[in-house]
Amino acid sequence: MTQKLKVGIYWAASCGGCEIATLEIAENILKFIEVADLVLCPCIADFKYDDVRAYPDGYIDVCFFNGGIRNSEAKEIAELLRKKSKTLVAFGACANWGGIPALANLYTKDAMIERSYITTESNDNPQGTLPQTSYKMPEGELHLPKLFDSVHKLDDVVDVDYYVPGCPPVAKQIWSCIEAIAAGKLPPKGSVIGVGDKSVCDECPFEKKTEGVRISKFKRPHLEKPDLTKKAELNNKPQCLLEQGFVCMGSATRSGCEAQCLKANMPCRGCYGPAEGVEDQGAKIASAIGSLVDSQGNSERSAEIVAQIVDPVGTFYRFGMGNSMLRVKKL
Amino acid sequence: MTQNFEPKILGIFCNWCSYTGADLAGTSRMKYAPNMRIVRVMCSGRVDPQFILKAYKEGADGVLVAGCHPGDCHYIEGNFKTIGRMQILEKMLAQFGIEKERFRLEWISAAEGDRVMHVVNEMTTQVKKLGPLNWKEVSRSKDIGHCEEPKATKQSPLNK
Repeated sequence: MTQKLKVGIYWAASCGGCEIATLEIAENILKFIEVADLVLCPCIADFKYDDVRAYPDGYIDVCFFNGGIRNSEAKEIAELLRKKSKTLVAFGACANWGGIPALANLYTKDAMIERSYITTESNDNPQGTLPQTSYKMPEGELHLPKLFDSVHKLDDVVDVDYYVPGCPPVAKQIWSCIEAIAAGKLPPKGSVIGVGDKSVCDECPFEKKTEGVRISKFKRPHLEKPDLTKKAELNNKPQCLLEQGFVCMGSATRSGCEAQCLKANMPCRGCYGPAEGVEDQGAKIASAIGSLVDSQGNSERSAEIVAQIVDPVGTFYRFGMGNSMLRVKKL
Repeated sequence: MTQNFEPKILGIFCNWCSYTGADLAGTSRMKYAPNMRIVRVMCSGRVDPQFILKAYKEGADGVLVAGCHPGDCHYIEGNFKTIGRMQILEKMLAQFGIEKERFRLEWISAAEGDRVMHVVNEMTTQVKKLGPLNWKEVSRSKDIGHCEEPKATKQSPLNK
């Protein structure tokens, strides 16, 4: 019998959703267990870092790394896992581009700590206690990881072999990746795997009108419902959400998710990252949406419409701040 | 420092109006600040916000986009698209902390050589006053893991 694949799943600055999404492969998990052994997964099994340090170099066949690099612990473990793994996969939006945590790059570290530990309305912290990286106990000094000034993506720190985007990656795509890895059928190093090669619009159940639609009012999905009775002329499908005025990231976002959000009548949030050929997802969607604004050549009219877009950076770079061209706020 | 600082300004000019306007400024021997480098595009509607962000990232201190006056576009409505795009981009730049003087959208016709001179001179003075943008330093791209200890002495507003 051939040796089983040794698989590691690690989380850095992430929410744990990627592990849960991995469990969504449902009954396939039995097949997974047949071909693979877990050798690290802090979410579901009690492996210690020292266990990993004791593995010989290149011991782990595939390591799925999710989460961005937020502190010194994540950086240290990323470097360790790079050494111990034959193949390192950036798994999920955070490892690919920093994800939601990277939105904190719009603030200073001090401002973020003050908000989290002091000014949050539900906090009870009368002494103003802040997290410290070392603490003296009678038994000795304790150390905690240091928080970095900004959030980095995994390939800022180590060499990454493959990229699996998504927040979280959808189960079907995860399974196709695992199958490809188990069969040894992997594309060239550096490829984005488990994705389509078009934009989300390709899989979307909504349809654009053929010509001439402009946006004169922007809507927000938690305040207004999409109008499903409006039909596109072309094929009688409901009219494109972007054309209806909802900020939808679909046209700048890579396909592969089967437009799950749109099938639930929610505009795309862009978690599959920049589409093929797009360098900066946020700027690209700004370009797409900007060209749809019903300016009629009048700057004041256009400014009134554009003012209705609340928090463009947070919306356009919801998952991609760590990969955007500017990456951080100028202080 | 600011005294000797010569800003680098990227100009992205449309072929039909603004670039011809800059030509006019040249052939009329008008003198303006040498800080702007012009890239000619066929239409200001061709200008992707990615170009502008990339310019800042690669070291530009300011970006000037110029096109035909609305209604005069060679492609009828090309610059209508520019308006919305650049206004969204302006909002984004503000969120990234980039001063609004560092980005400018201007309508300059082929007959307005003096306007080219005026706009470039004005923008150069404004950006000179702001100082270098130096985005490579701002984004700390090479300095992964830079961190300082949070200050334990910070007083809670709840105590006040």
